[in-house]
Amino acid sequence: MSETITQKPKKIPQLLLLPITGLLHLLMNISDLFMDFIQRRVGIQGMAYIFVLPNMVFFAMFSLLPLLINFYYAFTGGVKPLPQDRFPVGTGNFDILLECGNYLDPNSCRADLFWRGLQNTIWYVIFEVGAILIFSVLTAVILNQNIKGRGFFRSVFFYPTLLSSVVIALLWKWILQREGILNASLTPFGFEPINFLLDANWSRFWVIFIGVWAKVGFYTLIVLAGLQAIPNTLYEAAKIDGAGRGASFRHITLPLLKPSLIVVLVLTFIRAVQVFDHVFVMTGGGPGTATQYIVQYIYNIGFATSLQNFGLAAAASILLGLILVILTIIQMRVTGSGEE
Amino acid sequence: MSNTTKFLFRTRGTHRLHIADILMYLYLGLGTLLMFGPVLWGAVSSFKTAAELERFPPSFLPSADEKVEVEGYDSPLSLYTVTLDDGTVAELAQVRRIGIEAQFIDPVNPGELIKVHVNQTEPVRSFALQWQNYIQPLQRFQFFTFFKNSVIVTVSATLITLFINSLAAFALSKYDFRGRHIMFILILGTLMIPTTVTLVPNFLVVTTLGWSNKLIGVILPTVATPTGVFLLRQYMLTIPDDLLDAARIDGASEWRIYWQIILPLASPAIAVLAIFSVMWRWNDFLWPLVVLTQTDKFTLQMGLNMFQGQFDIQWQYLLAMSVLALLPITIIFIFLQRYITTGIASSGVKM
Repeated sequence: MSETITQKPKKIPQLLLLPITGLLHLLMNISDLFMDFIQRRVGIQGMAYIFVLPNMVFFAMFSLLPLLINFYYAFTGGVKPLPQDRFPVGTGNFDILLECGNYLDPNSCRADLFWRGLQNTIWYVIFEVGAILIFSVLTAVILNQNIKGRGFFRSVFFYPTLLSSVVIALLWKWILQREGILNASLTPFGFEPINFLLDANWSRFWVIFIGVWAKVGFYTLIVLAGLQAIPNTLYEAAKIDGAGRGASFRHITLPLLKPSLIVVLVLTFIRAVQVFDHVFVMTGGGPGTATQYIVQYIYNIGFATSLQNFGLAAAASILLGLILVILTIIQMRVTGSGEE
Repeated sequence: MSNTTKFLFRTRGTHRLHIADILMYLYLGLGTLLMFGPVLWGAVSSFKTAAELERFPPSFLPSADEKVEVEGYDSPLSLYTVTLDDGTVAELAQVRRIGIEAQFIDPVNPGELIKVHVNQTEPVRSFALQWQNYIQPLQRFQFFTFFKNSVIVTVSATLITLFINSLAAFALSKYDFRGRHIMFILILGTLMIPTTVTLVPNFLVVTTLGWSNKLIGVILPTVATPTGVFLLRQYMLTIPDDLLDAARIDGASEWRIYWQIILPLASPAIAVLAIFSVMWRWNDFLWPLVVLTQTDKFTLQMGLNMFQGQFDIQWQYLLAMSVLALLPITIIFIFLQRYITTGIASSGVKM
């Protein structure tokens, strides 16, 4: 709790910074002239529009416009990417995706890979979100105790968060291979070496495990910040009233931690649905389609196959976005965080 | 020693070691092993030879077979510990191996060849770092090209992000203009929509601009981060408006207020965003994978993925390259770890 940032980063010698600061001053004076001129034309309030402009231009071009084009794609067909080369197909793309004999059995669907991916993603999300919630709270509660080396452990748990999913996937792929260190440390206990990533259930497990491993440190920090905001006096009062550790956890910690937990829940959920990178590198969706998730389906259909079906990929991504928005709203309603 | 014991057996005030303390340290210990172990194991193993990486069970430290020069043989011979038929143990050099039988010679006293069953031999190894793992791929696999591309993408995207996000956040937090609520809600809305949803049309926009297979096509679409605008706006809201008014009375232009008041005061939030941005862009995988098609434009992450795609995996090179890829971020983290962890905890934003 007392850990505020007291040490500032060491000052870089002024001499080294001189060229940079000089350049900045020059840049500033030139831009000052230019901006003063503009301000005289548009006024103080007008400057606000000038300031949001660059960000909004990029935002419109690479976030809003693609969103609109996506809808156009979803309702048109053909293999050409340019809008004028495409022909309308109505809801054809959605029909293909939604044509199913039995929605619980991907084999009965026309786009069986889409449904398999959806099914895999649902299981992935359930386990990943659950595990991250449990372990981030557990780790944060422990790190919130008055223990030695708290800063060290916090960094250790956070460190994997910084690594790229490609590096993470490669490292674990190598650890999990048949001749890897994991099998090597299990065989002395009488286990047979397992080819983890060639077994459907094992590879599902490890893909989730590594997803949790790579992200839990970040959410631990969020929960930890929530824990540190709980005033100590509450625990002292509870102690006087005769509450044990378990009781004060249930009646003080959990209720007051709710806002942080909602943040963790919503963020892990959105991220888990989008799982792609580490799985793609580690298993490529295999064995078979055991770890093929919805984003990989979109990637495969839109980019990886020789006949790039942008329309189908766009339709699938709109369905994905729809599911996400609906579920996020439900989450917020259920947890009663709508006012935030 | 005594310090360690004291550390390990610290109790919560009472003199008995509480069971919860033991469990707690057990959890932290296992956690440390689990979180940091794989990276450490990878780093150590990146110095091993290919043959050693394939050995099962693996040895912890990298080592190499010891070789000796023997008179009458052109190349150095591998040294083995051999149990001879009469039970004595000797260090001999292997001349050749035929099936299950190997021929040895005494390096000190070269004479007759000694034939031994291979089960009775054990190679002599000593600690050695295989720097070749690092040098070879650097020469053969365009590593520097990938690295350079990654640096260009990361640095320029981060600079642009910091600039345009902070400007927008300044306007959204300090001015009352028409449309600012709509803009803010739009930006927040895209926080919820995953980038993969707009992957296909984004690719079209980039192609139409003629940016496919160019680094600029990887850089510019990512710069207007909603997280950055949100984070900086929330922070700038805490800067009192009086400061701005005072500056205006002194004749400062709005641009000067941004440069000389807002930016310095918002520097903690900007630092957090800078760290995020470096991390995002350095680690980006799917978007570059879609935009860049030619090998000489690949980023480091794509290059790494390509190494493993090439016919059979050469783990010794792959591990070395992975270590080089995680090194920059790790070094930044070691120096700024406290700043990063507390900064992220207090801003509580999404990654």
